[in-house]
Amino acid sequence: MTDQTAGETTAATVPSGPKQRAFAEFWHYYSMNTGAVIGLVVFTLLVLVALFAPLVAPHLPDEQFRDSLLTPPAWQEGGKSMFILGTDAVGRDILSRLIFGARYSLFIGLIVVVFALSSGIVLGVLAGYFRGWVDALIMRVMDIILAFPSLLLALVLVAILGPGLFNAMLAIALVLQPHFARLTRAAVMAEKNREYVVSAKVAGASHLRMMLVTILPNCVAPLIVQATMSFSNAILEAAALGFLGMGAQPPTPEWGTMLASAREFILRAPWVVTFPGLAILITVLAINLIGDGLRDALDPKLKRS
Amino acid sequence: MTVVVEGKNIKRDYHVGGGMFRPARTVHAVKGVSFSVEKGKTLAIVGESGCGKSTLARIITLIDAPSAGELFIDGKKVDIAKDGLSKEMRRKVQIVFQNPYGSLNPRQKIGDILGEPLVINTDVPASERRDRAMAMLKKVGLGPEHYNRYPHMFSGGQRQRIAIARALMLNPSLLVLDEPVSALDLSVQAQVLNLLADLQDEFQLTYVFISHDLSVVRYIADDVMVMYFGEAVEYGSRDEVFANPQHSYTKTLFAATPRADVDSIKARLARKKAA
Amino acid sequence: MALLEIKNLTVSFDTSSGPFMAVKGIDLSIEPREVLAIVGESGSGKSVSMLAVMGLLPPSATVKADRMSFNGKDLLALDPAERRKIIGKDISMIFQEPIASLNPCFTVGYQIEEVLRVHMGMDKVQRRARAVELLTLVGIPEPTERLNSFPHQMSGGQCQRVMIAMAIACNPKLLIADEPTTALDVTIQKQILDLLMKLQAEHGMGLIMITHNMGVVAETADRVVVQYKGTKMEEADVLSLFENPKSNYTRALLAALPDNATGDRLPTVSDMLFEPAVSGAAS
Repeated sequence: MTDQTAGETTAATVPSGPKQRAFAEFWHYYSMNTGAVIGLVVFTLLVLVALFAPLVAPHLPDEQFRDSLLTPPAWQEGGKSMFILGTDAVGRDILSRLIFGARYSLFIGLIVVVFALSSGIVLGVLAGYFRGWVDALIMRVMDIILAFPSLLLALVLVAILGPGLFNAMLAIALVLQPHFARLTRAAVMAEKNREYVVSAKVAGASHLRMMLVTILPNCVAPLIVQATMSFSNAILEAAALGFLGMGAQPPTPEWGTMLASAREFILRAPWVVTFPGLAILITVLAINLIGDGLRDALDPKLKRS
Repeated sequence: MTVVVEGKNIKRDYHVGGGMFRPARTVHAVKGVSFSVEKGKTLAIVGESGCGKSTLARIITLIDAPSAGELFIDGKKVDIAKDGLSKEMRRKVQIVFQNPYGSLNPRQKIGDILGEPLVINTDVPASERRDRAMAMLKKVGLGPEHYNRYPHMFSGGQRQRIAIARALMLNPSLLVLDEPVSALDLSVQAQVLNLLADLQDEFQLTYVFISHDLSVVRYIADDVMVMYFGEAVEYGSRDEVFANPQHSYTKTLFAATPRADVDSIKARLARKKAA
Repeated sequence: MALLEIKNLTVSFDTSSGPFMAVKGIDLSIEPREVLAIVGESGSGKSVSMLAVMGLLPPSATVKADRMSFNGKDLLALDPAERRKIIGKDISMIFQEPIASLNPCFTVGYQIEEVLRVHMGMDKVQRRARAVELLTLVGIPEPTERLNSFPHQMSGGQCQRVMIAMAIACNPKLLIADEPTTALDVTIQKQILDLLMKLQAEHGMGLIMITHNMGVVAETADRVVVQYKGTKMEEADVLSLFENPKSNYTRALLAALPDNATGDRLPTVSDMLFEPAVSGAAS
């Protein structure tokens, strides 16, 4: 009751376009979560760094400085100011490799989420809309995928497809995709019986139109949240595959691969392992914080509408 | 007078699925109901929850097929289970739902909501769709400034106007109104009832009006059908039914309806004093 | 002395678009054994003011009043623990959605006995006996068996009876019924209203009926308060309200009843009201 009247008054007092209003409301809820704002700032910085990597990075990622192998970070004894975070076993600047590595990580996250999201949405909408045997078939296959430990399944897939960054991304997308399918299916089932869907049916809408135009736009909020969470998951799993030697292959400056090739120096030169690890940690944390904020901002909206 | 909609012995059974431990059973939601409504008239279907009135509404709106019986729209027999549904038939019957908060797609602008039936069913160009939507908005008492807004920016009564406008976009001959005013406040209810009466006069619309509120029914209906557990226990003109109800359930229903007139208040206060 | 007395109550909510005043300075009082109806449409603040008395509003609400006393005790001055002793025992409340108001995880008997345990400190045997007595009182057949039912096994009307049983379990001096029959069918509504009136008379409770239905008001109330947008428009005894409404708003509401329709069209509130409806042409 109070909600409704509050809505009325805001509708009357704020005459600006609905898009701006929706965004203002979104930002109001999002900005209440301080962590989410910090996450967003960090992530934005990361994206900028990745985009302008050649301008930001002090060296090329593959450039080897033979005279300074395993140099410690600049603030430590024996560090050089030209290698702020030190160098690795073959004399490559770690900071530059991390900066170029950000490109790989973000690229992996993006591609994996796009693959997983699009296939998950298609399967989930089909299952939730038609139910019956279509639903049973799709969801049982999803259950089988979910029943495997995800990293193990990704490993098996990469073993079959052959190691490499692209295959690793495919494998991770396949592993993450059932989450999207389940979520979409649940949302579609909840929306399908709402009266506006029946109204569209009475207006004569075809199945395809009802699925894509009527129902799907109303299911996006939980999917956006899940997509952010999967983004960080994908980065993490790609790093894990890289670490196990099944993902990106050296000398690619992918963070997980960097970790793997630095394994043997963990005691002698801890910075070689620490900084790629920190990069993964910070990125994943930032994205997860964003996901939390999105959940706060988008879920109450769902309940009210 | 021409008969717009006629139902003959319409039945609808639901099979409630047998689980592992329960045998399947059949629920008779509608048990052989017949009716006919003439052009420009209003048939009110009254009953309490679970009496089958909403199931019947879905059948008349050609959303669900009846299990048995025949349905005629504009004299033509319709059997969506066998022949499917032609676009022409789809245009003839439209519905307005009870809940104004659930019946509009929250992600569509009002203009798109009104234009959608035209996009799907006709080849009308975008500019004409816009004009027709604007005109319809005006008809239902809203303005062109509402065209680009989203449903959550409107109050319940306004949304119900939009739902009515959408239903009228295809110039239907029959409008099924499934509890269109029960979710609305009293003052808004009066406005929407007036609007429905105006539109009926202007377009010679035929209404099937589903309701549980007898005072609304008495105001708007020409004919009244009372349903009880899937059966039409009473069917006749409004004056007949209200003046001289035949079935005991109809009498119970009338007796239970609270009366807001001075005489019954006086009677009640007198009873209270005596007690 | 008035049972409940409220002076100049205001309630405002913090929303994303600034504070929203739901109740704007309302005075209310109810005598013992009286039936007071608060009538209004959605947004009139009729539920909010009673929730404020019960202390059931969310933290985003700010409640202010010059005076809010129950049975001579100042509710505003009480600390939360003492207030809880009154709320639920001497004042109790029932809500619109009976099925949603009961916890689906516990049996009806457990939920009634819980109230008795918390407020009355009865032992197990006493509680069971009292629960059976209460269910009999609200007209539930086979009360002993029914105590072991879960809410989903009962109809909406029966759930509302159980809610009433819980509300009167501690012999409250005041019962607040917030749209108690709105979610129910007409025939069930009649039964529940009759039950409420019977219990009110037998137990000598004060009863506040919050409703939007003029019929319910006419069938139950002694005195009526009409609210509109957080403001009190009129207060009168039930007969004079219907016979000779003082405020334009009440007159408009009564005229909008389809029962009272005289012409072809119904007069609407905005036709008769002193101020235009919120956003222009339509409601």
